[in-house]
Amino acid sequence: MALKHAPLTLKLAIVALGMFGFGFALVPLYDVFCDLTGINGKTATTAATAEAAVIDLSREIVIEFIARPNKQMPWLFKPEVTRMKVHPGEIHIMNYLAENPTQRLIIGQAVPSVSPGQAALYFHKIECFCFTQQHLAGGENMLMPLQFYIDPALPSQFSTITLSYTLYDVTSAWEGTAASAQLGE
Amino acid sequence: MSAVVTDHEHEHHDHRPSGIKRWLYTTNHKDIGTMYLVFALIMFFIGGSMAMVIRAELFQPGLQFVEPNFFNQMTTVHGLIMVFGAVMPAFTGLANWMIPIMIGAPDMALPRMNNWSFWILPFAFLILLGSLFMPGGGPNFGWTFYAPLSTKFSGDSTALFVFSVHIMGISSIMGAINVIVTIFNMRAPGMTWMKMPMFVWTWLITAFLLIMVMPVLAGAVTMVLTDKYFATSFFDAAGGGDPVLFQHIFWFFGHPEVYIMILPAFGIVSSIVPTFARKRLFGYSSMVYATASIGLLSFLVWAHHMFTTGMPVFAELFFMYCTMLISVPTGVKVFNWVATMWRGAMTFEVPMMFALAFVVLFTIGGFSGLMLAITPADFQYHDTYFVVAHFHYVLVTGAVFSIIAAAYYWLPKWTGYMYDEKLGQWHFWCSLISVNLLFFPMHFVGLAGMPRRIPDYALQFADFNALISVGGFLFGASQLIFVWVLVKCARGGQKATARVWEGAEGLEWEIPSPAPYHTFDTPPEIK
Repeated sequence: MALKHAPLTLKLAIVALGMFGFGFALVPLYDVFCDLTGINGKTATTAATAEAAVIDLSREIVIEFIARPNKQMPWLFKPEVTRMKVHPGEIHIMNYLAENPTQRLIIGQAVPSVSPGQAALYFHKIECFCFTQQHLAGGENMLMPLQFYIDPALPSQFSTITLSYTLYDVTSAWEGTAASAQLGE
Repeated sequence: MSAVVTDHEHEHHDHRPSGIKRWLYTTNHKDIGTMYLVFALIMFFIGGSMAMVIRAELFQPGLQFVEPNFFNQMTTVHGLIMVFGAVMPAFTGLANWMIPIMIGAPDMALPRMNNWSFWILPFAFLILLGSLFMPGGGPNFGWTFYAPLSTKFSGDSTALFVFSVHIMGISSIMGAINVIVTIFNMRAPGMTWMKMPMFVWTWLITAFLLIMVMPVLAGAVTMVLTDKYFATSFFDAAGGGDPVLFQHIFWFFGHPEVYIMILPAFGIVSSIVPTFARKRLFGYSSMVYATASIGLLSFLVWAHHMFTTGMPVFAELFFMYCTMLISVPTGVKVFNWVATMWRGAMTFEVPMMFALAFVVLFTIGGFSGLMLAITPADFQYHDTYFVVAHFHYVLVTGAVFSIIAAAYYWLPKWTGYMYDEKLGQWHFWCSLISVNLLFFPMHFVGLAGMPRRIPDYALQFADFNALISVGGFLFGASQLIFVWVLVKCARGGQKATARVWEGAEGLEWEIPSPAPYHTFDTPPEIK
């Protein structure tokens, strides 16, 4: 009796297991989808190679800079200027100021977001403090540079692009990996 | 080997353990169905008493009875219990009881798994309810457990929440596999696909939805667990994850889930309306196709829960149109129910009354759903009491009313006695009036901007909220009449005939009332 039902039961169980896997597969699928379309406003996490692009002098794009530390992050964090006008293709350098007012070492990770989201694909960073984790000892401050250009292929409907950074405290995660690295040795 | 198995089966037929062991060891689909239904009723009252706490707190503006944190736990656990503890087990119970009888099978295909899928369920809810008594309290992030609320800002009870959802998921998946295998392999000869009763069809499609999406929910809670306790960053922006991803995964499960909770209701109403209209169901095959297309479309609409997360306009339009498209097959169903009643010789016994209320009130819930589907309008309605009104119309006057209708409809078949018609009518009218007093004004306060899941509100909403709370208490009290009817009917009363209802059609009405412990050991003949 039961054997008669085994093949179908097995198939359905495999479907269920497959869907469990699919739930996890949604994570990379989501990232790939967002990378391709840029719809969630995420910029690339690695440096763009500086192209000798033509500079489009015919139009100016307003870039707005927003910086905010996450609620749990004690650093002071702000852009040097909040607004600049650039021609597409021009390479610019912008500095962000960070200060650690506490007495201990804190490691920060900045996560960028571009609005409108579709413009993220055209915002190229040659160098960014967000590519790596930033270490700052207690009471210290530093300038964190960002080198970028706007792709001349930027569609004409975009005249203002807002780049926002949220800064997270990742000290505990870093200590965790350091500890496990030590254990590994 | 086969001889041994046969001997064992013979022994099983003659011998039935008594007392608690009968219920613990049973593999009989009727016993398991009964246990599911009783369990669902208990959960309905536990979840309902949490709703009473919510309504007591919201009776007046300001904080009177409970702390905001406890209020949040009540909204969260009320949702979880009603969805996973009341509505879904009630439908599984009805499936266990009725599907084998309706297709002329002796039992479910996998009876031992059936026993297991029920008996893990009480433990899941013990874990969930137990977490309320932990220091810091139980889950308080809403039944949708959005990250980062559930990953960064939740209490230590989150692990218990995750494990209880895992167990509920395993239980539902096993139940769904059982239903599919039973329907595929055990139909009586001559019971072709297009002769199956609508309840069987709707449950078959529901079961497919269950095995497709419950594992995704299990994945989502697992990611919450590892994000919270094992330093992964699925939903943590600092580590490269994305909290919006959580909503995509959750609603990929969550939208088919709402059809899991309504398709069997469609099947129940499609059984009851023809019986009391004394006509065949109008447009049977269109009902089947409509159910299947609702099932398929349910996978393409999930992001209508997320219009305000900042999606591109194209995606918002896509999900808006897909959502509106679902109203077409749903409209087909409502049309067919009305057409079945058209010029029928209708009588209005309690099951029919609840089914009629279902048709009208579920349609109201459907219309408010259409309003919510309109992207620009949704920005105003999002997270207000309008949404609460919408999903309570489709889940309480929809799913719960259909379950109550089913209970009245099949109760004589289960117990062998007629229920008390007069008490049943009292139950119906009290429920109907109080449920509308409870949920209809929520539309108004929602449109006026009262946010959901908040223990306090602006003074302008005070009068409506007092009304809503009164409706809530009355609706809760009305359900005690239901318990009274059930207990009375189980204890005795007027003997039910085999057919019970004059216009009833189907195999379940060919067997005596109460249904014998074993039915269709030899397959029936299907005309």
